[in-house]
Amino acid sequence: MNRFAELLDRLAYEPGRNNKLRLITSYFRETEDPDRGYALAALTGALSFKHAKPGLIRDLITDRTDPVLFGLSYDYVGDLSETVALMWPKAALPGHNNPPPPPLTEVVTTLRTLGKTELPRQLARWLDELDETGRWALLKLVTGAMRIGISARLAKTAAAALGDKDPHDVELMWPGLSPPYLDLFAWLEGRSEKPVNRDPTPFRPVMLAHAIEDADFANLDASDFVAEWKWDGIRIQAVSGRDERGHIQVRLYSRTGEDITKSFPDLLPSLHLPGAIDGELLVLRDGRVQTFNVLQQRLNRKVVSPKLMKEFPIHLRAYDLLGDDENDLRELPFIERRVRLEAFVKKLDDPRVDLSPTISFDDWEALAAARADPASAGAGEDAEAVEGVMLKRRDAAYLPGRPKGQWWKWKRDPHIIDAVLMYAQRGHGKRSSYYSDYTFGVWTKGDGGDELVPVGKAYFGFTDEELLQIDRFVRRNTTEKFGPVRHVVHEPDQGLVLEVAFEGLQRSPRHKSGVAMRFPRISRLRWDKPPREADRLETLERMLKTVQ
Amino acid sequence: MTAKNWAKPAYISKMRPQDILMPVAAGLCCKPGGFHIDPVRPVERAVITHGHSDHARPGHGAVLATQETLDMMRLRYGDNFARSTQAVAYGEEIRLGDIRIKFHPAGHVLGSAQIAVTCKDTCIVASGDYKDAADPTCAPFEVVPCDVFITEATFGLPVFRHGNAADEVKKLLASVALFPERAHLVGAYSLGKAQRVIALLRAAGYDTPIYLHGAMEKITRYYESRGIALGDLRPVKGMKKADLAGTITLAPPSATSDIWTRRFPDPVTAFASGWMRVRARARQRGVELPLVISDHADWDGLTATIEATGAGEVWVTHGQEDPLVHWCQTRGLTARPLDLVGYGDEDEGEAVPAGEDAEA
Repeated sequence: MNRFAELLDRLAYEPGRNNKLRLITSYFRETEDPDRGYALAALTGALSFKHAKPGLIRDLITDRTDPVLFGLSYDYVGDLSETVALMWPKAALPGHNNPPPPPLTEVVTTLRTLGKTELPRQLARWLDELDETGRWALLKLVTGAMRIGISARLAKTAAAALGDKDPHDVELMWPGLSPPYLDLFAWLEGRSEKPVNRDPTPFRPVMLAHAIEDADFANLDASDFVAEWKWDGIRIQAVSGRDERGHIQVRLYSRTGEDITKSFPDLLPSLHLPGAIDGELLVLRDGRVQTFNVLQQRLNRKVVSPKLMKEFPIHLRAYDLLGDDENDLRELPFIERRVRLEAFVKKLDDPRVDLSPTISFDDWEALAAARADPASAGAGEDAEAVEGVMLKRRDAAYLPGRPKGQWWKWKRDPHIIDAVLMYAQRGHGKRSSYYSDYTFGVWTKGDGGDELVPVGKAYFGFTDEELLQIDRFVRRNTTEKFGPVRHVVHEPDQGLVLEVAFEGLQRSPRHKSGVAMRFPRISRLRWDKPPREADRLETLERMLKTVQ
Repeated sequence: MTAKNWAKPAYISKMRPQDILMPVAAGLCCKPGGFHIDPVRPVERAVITHGHSDHARPGHGAVLATQETLDMMRLRYGDNFARSTQAVAYGEEIRLGDIRIKFHPAGHVLGSAQIAVTCKDTCIVASGDYKDAADPTCAPFEVVPCDVFITEATFGLPVFRHGNAADEVKKLLASVALFPERAHLVGAYSLGKAQRVIALLRAAGYDTPIYLHGAMEKITRYYESRGIALGDLRPVKGMKKADLAGTITLAPPSATSDIWTRRFPDPVTAFASGWMRVRARARQRGVELPLVISDHADWDGLTATIEATGAGEVWVTHGQEDPLVHWCQTRGLTARPLDLVGYGDEDEGEAVPAGEDAEA
């Protein structure tokens, strides 16, 4: 448990992805089975202990400490598990050597079988045996509230790195594995054969596209490619398969392989034939695709109510077919898969699943015209939900990751405004000595004439050289400091104008300006422009009308 | 605080403690002895517990302190920091009128002292800042039996338990081993904490050069001159970026998040402080590797010390006064917060003097 606690502790502070990976991989290398397997389970969210609730932990501490001191401590620390971990009074065991802290395996296996009534005593015993960090990790583990910024994908990638394997391979076999993953680690360490996935509905690593640049077109032949709309929804993989008894099982995966089946129960009955569709999740009302803002209402819901399902009817628009019944189609060229997909969707014959139409074009100019005006090029009333076009090589196999030259995305031009830098905040990790998070605003009429109102925050889009320039500007033009935040001069004739690119706008009562941007980033520094010439809130409000 | 609040405890017959020591605007004042302890304003006669700048200020008439504290004040403020000075050794008794004062090791930093002030039969110990944990760079803390104990409360909450500092240093060394291509930057207050961290690293067997921010050099060299072996120390100034991979550098806390850090290859930011026990505090500062190493007593240290002194009355100052006063009261001790202003907590306060960014 101690080694696992140290890992969690270090991960909780480490901002860099690569460094997190190295910390986890090094833990897997130094830790024995089955402890490391249960750690992998904890990091991927594969463990849950239903009886351990915050209330129970609060009871344990109030039985053992002065209520005034607990109250003052909790106020100061702000987190229940952490407060308890830090102020836990170890029971003195006279004439007794301190028992060793429990191994992670003991904690996990005991918790799985322990009844609700025995839990408090067992937890207290462990808390007595562990140190501060160990107690913190134990409480995070049992309450399931880790929040240390580790995705399941990252943990699996770290495991793969142990054996220098492709993380996609781990992803592929994952649904067939279970804690403590002895077969996985045996394979990673070259001690046994690759585990076979017997899961009827496995996730297949997703194929992704490169963003196309103007210069790329010169080397590409339009006749080698098929084009289709890039829909502004959620890319998913919908997998149906027959279990041992021959019943159809359906699972929905996000593009990173997270199981999101529970969020969309209304889509499952439509996927009644065995196969694996790569497609886009959309909300359709009266046959019309809704914008991403509408789809967002369906995301990250714990409870999916009938009302929600009725108001936001979910829909799958199919791009590709990776498996057809028992057959793996991924080696086939795209156009052959497309023919299989068309047949598959037809056979499904369900209003909630349709084909993503292809765009006909003879040369790049024609495609550019379609991209500029999707409404007249076949997207019709759904044009607002088109994010751009996708180009797929006719002969491209379905390959995991982002293989070169196979698929391209050609996004529509983003919206652009000129805004004024108002506040800057230090970044994290590598950027902790730089002011790299920027709040920017546009002009609006205030009580005393024109004033700037913040409309968004951006922390990328600029080059390293530009970051240095902005950082220097922030340091030299700070008007006030509030902790890590600096107020930067923003007067009509003094200040820095930032060209901000963004993908969409929505109304937001939480923001003072009433609007919120989607995916804002700094596209250019306008040293040439005085702040008074930056855009006004009215411009954004007009955009809002045309966008929605 | 008015005299009315200082009701006379029944057990003192001749002299009330507040007649001996009394908080005033300039600090803790001993009227019968004619001096102040750690005054925050210039006074005629000052008795100083230790060299941290919130306790040892320049501009007093006469200063009484340990040799080390006087030396540190001279290093920081120049030769004319006071009109006259007198060095006192631990255990030596000084008489000032009816008052006897005696210095005892406080275990906080090199030269730090608790000051026992005795008038007739009543003994008050002003402990300044102290810790009861082991520290190879200063004399160990000594429990001084007394009637009234004046304690700090920097970490006066039961969540502050500092554990074994050697384990924290192991954590640092494990990180250096795991990330050999990165530099490790350890924020540590330049008087006391830095030297303790270096000594702990040496004790853990780390014998390669340790690098220093310019603001640390003078005081660290002073420690060495007092016979504290710190191994091979080098200024970081002038080092090539690539050559700092895999090394450890100590710097004042404020420097570890500023432009100065750009000379290091992908630095891991560590911070050695008792505050690192609380995650939100560490995260707020952007620390990636918190090291719980404190020069102040933790909760268990504070409460154990109070009990060990046998004091019937406890005055609690700078820090978390309320929880510690509450604890004393649950133990049947008379306790009150002492209203002293001007004492900070060095880890939060230390700023790099202007210009040192460039020369360090």
